[in-house]
Amino acid sequence: MKNLRSHITGYSTYAIILVFLLVLTALSVVVTGYHLGAFSVGIALLIASVKVATVISYFMHLRSENMFLKVAVSGVFILFGLVIIITFFDYLFR
Amino acid sequence: MTDHIVHTEHIDRETGKLGMWIFLFTEMFLFGGLFLVYAVMRVKYVDDFHIAAHDLNTFIGTLNTVFLLTSSMTVAMAITAIQKNERNLVLFLIAVTLLLAALFMLNKYIEWSHEFKNHIYPGSKVLKNLPHGQLLFFGLYFMMTGLHALHVFVGMILLTINLVKVKTGSVNHEYYLLLENSGLYWHLVDLIWIFLFPLLYLVT
Repeated sequence: MKNLRSHITGYSTYAIILVFLLVLTALSVVVTGYHLGAFSVGIALLIASVKVATVISYFMHLRSENMFLKVAVSGVFILFGLVIIITFFDYLFR
Repeated sequence: MTDHIVHTEHIDRETGKLGMWIFLFTEMFLFGGLFLVYAVMRVKYVDDFHIAAHDLNTFIGTLNTVFLLTSSMTVAMAITAIQKNERNLVLFLIAVTLLLAALFMLNKYIEWSHEFKNHIYPGSKVLKNLPHGQLLFFGLYFMMTGLHALHVFVGMILLTINLVKVKTGSVNHEYYLLLENSGLYWHLVDLIWIFLFPLLYLVT
């Protein structure tokens, strides 16, 4: 039965991931503190996206899941991205 | 015979997780809709959003981010612990997660109390007299953080059920799908906050 278990992630891996996420959080607070206008929103969202990708692949174990689930999760994010792009096309070029 | 049973359990676990992920997709689009409204309104009322966001406490927001990220780690560790059959460690890690969730909610309470004291709450006269963009910002702020806090609360209930079930032994190192799926739900709560935090607290 044991051989059917998925790969067990070590405690230290999770601790390293947490440190990485906390560093990114501190970075986004510092960067947006410089008031770079629209630029700082872009950076903050970029950092948030890296954090989300890290949480999904490590904490939610997507990296050790099957291809179907990987494609499905990526698909949902791509779909949401398209919804945002299409909405803004409508708003900006109406 | 034994092989057959093992095979069935294996499939059950995979499907159970797939079902949870599909549910999480619907949750992503529930918040996604709000993010979309936020994005459009923010572009329309750039200055109002900046002024209104100044009212939020970045320190409390950052602290809550730390609480949620750490709690996500403890839940992930709890799954490792149950796979290794370290029952007491599982109980400890779930308890720590619940404590961090409670601290998050306490912070949210302090934050909202502060807004309410300044007569900023949905439908208040002060809010109605603010420029339209600021009114929209606070409307979205209360809706998004409120809906998120509701998810934190539901996550706490799920984790408490897990705590009891691990204690009684019905969630164990052979069968822990409930803990895995509750963990996935908890991570989703974390994911949403990761986007909410820069959009609401760091836009000033």
